Amino acid sequence: MRPLRSRVTQKKIIPAKVLESVRDKSAGGVVLFLGTVRNRSEGRSVVGLEYETYREMAEKRLAELEREVRARWRVKKMTMIHREGRLRVGEVSVAVAVSSEHRAEAFEAARFAIDRIKTSAPIWKREVLKGGRKLWVDGAPIQR
Amino acid sequence: MARFRILYFAQAREAAGVRSEEITLDGTPSVRLVVESAIRLHPPLRDLRGGMRVAVNEEVVSDDETVRDGDRVALIPPIVGG
Repeated sequence: MRPLRSRVTQKKIIPAKVLESVRDKSAGGVVLFLGTVRNRSEGRSVVGLEYETYREMAEKRLAELEREVRARWRVKKMTMIHREGRLRVGEVSVAVAVSSEHRAEAFEAARFAIDRIKTSAPIWKREVLKGGRKLWVDGAPIQR
Repeated sequence: MARFRILYFAQAREAAGVRSEEITLDGTPSVRLVVESAIRLHPPLRDLRGGMRVAVNEEVVSDDETVRDGDRVALIPPIVGG
C-alpha cells in the first residue's frame, strides 16, 4: 500500500487508488468522498468543467488542512486530491479519503476536509456549456 | 525598492491579459498599493476588487501587509473548488 501525497493533479483520479492509500491495519473505518462533474447547473446543460488552480498554494493548503484535521480527530491516514484542467461530465474532480479507528471520526474528518477545501483552496472553475460557451462559476472570497 | 512577481488567476488573469509579470515599486509597498498598481496597469481588474483577496508567498494577507523584494504576490478572485 503506497502512500499517496495530497496534491493537485492533471491526471484522472482513480478512486480505488485513493481508497487503498488510506487503508491501515489499525483502522476500523474508511470514508471516501468523491466530487464529480454534473451534467446540469441551474438549468444549463453542462458538457464539462475547466479547473484552474494556484497549484503551489493549493498544495500548501492541503498540507495545512491535514495538520488541522489531525489536531481535531484521531485519523490514521488521509489523502486529498484535486483535479485541474478540462474534465468531462461524470469525471472525479476531487477525492478525500480518511481512515480512522472508528467510523465517526472518519465521517467527520472527511466532511470537514471537503468543506474546507471549498472555502480555502485557491481553485476556480468554468462550466463548458453545450455549444462551447464557457462560464465562470461564482465563488466566495478565500478564507485564511 | 521592491521588485516582485505578481500572479493573476481565473477572472483576474483574463482581466489582466497575462498570467504573471514583474513589478517594481519604491520602498516597501503595502499590498493595497500593489493592487492599485496592478489595477492601473490593467483597469478591468477594478471590477474584481471587492471579492478579491491577496496572497503573498502563498499566504492570504491583509491589505496593510508589506511586500518585499522577491515576493510572490497573487491576486485571488472568489474561489470555487470541489
